[in-house]
Amino acid sequence: MELRINQKTYQVDADADTPLLWVIRDDLGMTGTKYGCGLAQCGACSVLVDGNVVRSCVTPVAGVVGREVTTIEAIEADEVGKRVVSTWVDLQVAQCGYCQSGQVMAATALLKQNPKPSDAQIEAAMVNLCRCGTYNAIHAAMHELADKGDA
Amino acid sequence: MNVRIDPSQEASALDLHEPVNVSRRRFLTGTAVGALVLGFGLPLGSTRVQAAAAATAERGTQVPAFLEIRPDNRVRLLCPFMEGGQGTFTAMAQIVGEELDADPATFLVEAAPPGEAYVVMDNGMRITGGSMSVRMSYPVMRRLGALARAMLLQAGAEKLGVPVGELTTEPGKVVHAASGRSLAYGELAERAMDLPVPAPDTVQLRDPSQFRWIGKPVKRVDAYDKSTGKALYSIDLKVEGMLHAAVQHAPRLGMTVGNVRNEDQVKAMKGVHSVHRLPGAVAVVAERWWHAKRAVEAIQVDWQEPTVDSKVRPMPADFSSDDWLKRLAEEKGPARDDENEGNVASILSDAKSRVDATYHNQYLNHGQLEPPSALARFNPDGSLEVWLPNQAPDMFRADIAKRTGLDPSRITLHSPLLGGFFGRHFLYDSASPYPQAIELSKAVGRPVKLIWSREEEFLRDVLRPVAAVNFRAALDNDGWPLAIEAISATEGPTEAIAGKQGEKLDPTALEGLSGKSYAIPNKRIAQIYVKGPAMLGYWRSVGNSLNDFFYESFLDELADKGGKDPFELRLHLLRDNKRLTTLLQAVGELSGGWKRGPFTAEDGTKRARGVAMASPFGTQTAVIAEVSIENGQVKVHDIWQAIDPGSIVNPAIVEAQVNGAVALGLSQTLVEESVWVDGKPRARNYDLYPILPPARMARVHVRVVESGEKMGGIGEPPLPAVAPAVANAVATLTGQRVRSLPMSRHTFT
Repeated sequence: MELRINQKTYQVDADADTPLLWVIRDDLGMTGTKYGCGLAQCGACSVLVDGNVVRSCVTPVAGVVGREVTTIEAIEADEVGKRVVSTWVDLQVAQCGYCQSGQVMAATALLKQNPKPSDAQIEAAMVNLCRCGTYNAIHAAMHELADKGDA
Repeated sequence: MNVRIDPSQEASALDLHEPVNVSRRRFLTGTAVGALVLGFGLPLGSTRVQAAAAATAERGTQVPAFLEIRPDNRVRLLCPFMEGGQGTFTAMAQIVGEELDADPATFLVEAAPPGEAYVVMDNGMRITGGSMSVRMSYPVMRRLGALARAMLLQAGAEKLGVPVGELTTEPGKVVHAASGRSLAYGELAERAMDLPVPAPDTVQLRDPSQFRWIGKPVKRVDAYDKSTGKALYSIDLKVEGMLHAAVQHAPRLGMTVGNVRNEDQVKAMKGVHSVHRLPGAVAVVAERWWHAKRAVEAIQVDWQEPTVDSKVRPMPADFSSDDWLKRLAEEKGPARDDENEGNVASILSDAKSRVDATYHNQYLNHGQLEPPSALARFNPDGSLEVWLPNQAPDMFRADIAKRTGLDPSRITLHSPLLGGFFGRHFLYDSASPYPQAIELSKAVGRPVKLIWSREEEFLRDVLRPVAAVNFRAALDNDGWPLAIEAISATEGPTEAIAGKQGEKLDPTALEGLSGKSYAIPNKRIAQIYVKGPAMLGYWRSVGNSLNDFFYESFLDELADKGGKDPFELRLHLLRDNKRLTTLLQAVGELSGGWKRGPFTAEDGTKRARGVAMASPFGTQTAVIAEVSIENGQVKVHDIWQAIDPGSIVNPAIVEAQVNGAVALGLSQTLVEESVWVDGKPRARNYDLYPILPPARMARVHVRVVESGEKMGGIGEPPLPAVAPAVANAVATLTGQRVRSLPMSRHTFT
């Protein structure tokens, strides 16, 4: 099947129900998207599909044929994604970093749809788990991004 | 399954002996001929490393084993400690950079390989744990930087033809002020590293008042890579010709593989390379991990009950964690004393005012977000390379040598970044994938990367220990504590790993009950050792994670009984302890002044505050928590924490670590619990094992108090006082004294 990932076209020979996560990681060798639970519980595997954040560990690869997938590897090619990364670095959000690809994807998806999200909208969108407890740093980064949201 | 068509993907020209993804490829790209490349990634036969290993030098003086300075002035540091989020790579870059006179921002830091050269801690150990890294290696790592600087100065003197005394340094360069000439470190490194290392006592360390980077909120060296998916963890690595593997473990530890009922069908499943029997597990090797996982989960095994000579701790079929906790609470002894001062027994029996209470805690998983994995490769010459998450490379290499019969010199061990650890990656016999990966790689004759699914991880993870503590205390006529006794029925993690009680008490069993600074004249702290059925391990802040909850909660019960305010009671009991009095007052101030409540907040909710203290890992902490009740459950609004680690290296990382430790502390307080029924964990993923979600995080306010006392730890100390501060606030608010965790087991009104 033919996939569009990060503005490139890939031919992939995978079963239709293979989770997108494992196609990205094992077939395409892009390891920035992480496996944490396999059950859509933690969000470490978050990617964008047509601009919406999805959990690739439970997304059958066949479901994204004909759609545009964006992974963390291409996040800085996106204006909003680039701002998210730069804020993440400025505010020193990451600790172990394992969940942060997913956090950055979730943040980018929210801000692309809503450049000035409210507290409640941030809380509703930023639900990925972080075992290091970087939640307050993420919250601060989101606020900074939202405050500059009209730029 | 094969792939791809994108010519821009650069999969070509990969060195067979080089992991495709490992980041040093990037580092090596910039390395010109003649630059010094040492240590990690080089064959262990490298003459310089051998020479370094052979020398019986003072700790941390084998400069070339640690440092490579590139022609572009980048400084590559092989760090004795593992980076798992706690910021040790950055701290080491600051410490070494300060004395080397090189900006930490120019550092590339990686974990050093096993080897005597990298034993830099005062206690002669090489582990990343116990919040030891910075505090136990600080002077040695500073001296390492100073030694390297001296070597660069010497090389500069030779090159410029001037006496070394005329030279100074500025960040990244040697300067000859008299002639206005300077040489970048990158130009001098090759010669410098060939010079003999000066005698350790000949270098002078920088005056702390002149520090540029130590003590400053220097940016983490890994922040960008970790924000863009570029950071590589064990689970991400790949080598040429590698196969993937997945396992299905026996439902209970100690069971063995019997008949495999559907082996032929599984072998015929798509992508399957082979099916294997391992000790206590079956495995599937495949070209893709997804195929391996699907196939291994389809295997039907007739698991056999553990035999009497089981090499692992067998899990009984009837084990229930709830029943176990009840049993611990009823244990009568004998108990061994850790502390016994005054005359506890007679004061308790004669007391007019007594408080007795029994507390217990819960089992916990580590729940680090990166599931364990290991990549093993046998090279054509029979040597073995293993990539695996670990907190103690030398111990793991020794274990691999024992398991394989290979000489340690034939084993190369790589320690990638850890996707969280919290104590998960010590040497736990039954809880690591690397023995399986090695066995599978040997069996198939190709490199194998084994990933444990989250479900297999939660089945085999070692648990945070449990204890039931029976407290008795007596108050004097004025309501002040006169005697306290705590008898803990428990097994410490060190005892569990050893499989028995040692000659001495396991300090990790009682820490947090023992070692309290309160002036209570009569006290007895004792352990009843009860060997349990579950395999235990170290969990962030170890014994303190449970024991400070018990002690500091019970102390509030004494305050209530004696009619004292809990903050005032602590001040009274610490009246002769200036350091802790200062700390307690600091957290009071930080919170806007101690205010117990209950009170009504601006949003109309009824709230209260609780206070607690802890003294873990050489650091002192004091916490105030503010709570309300929302839908019958506890909501924690704010945590104020004052922390005195003596002195610090990076205030920004300290604040981040306090936040992280508070999150884990809240997680164990509010929601988290590993429940076992019929010998099996009820939860094998985050769906039934909740960890703190963002919505339940509290605001965190940090004040660092640098008393100048001996340096203490940072990663773990901010955790233990969180649970009791919350429990004490809840008791004030609701009148309900919580004597067990998590609070999700209780209903509040």
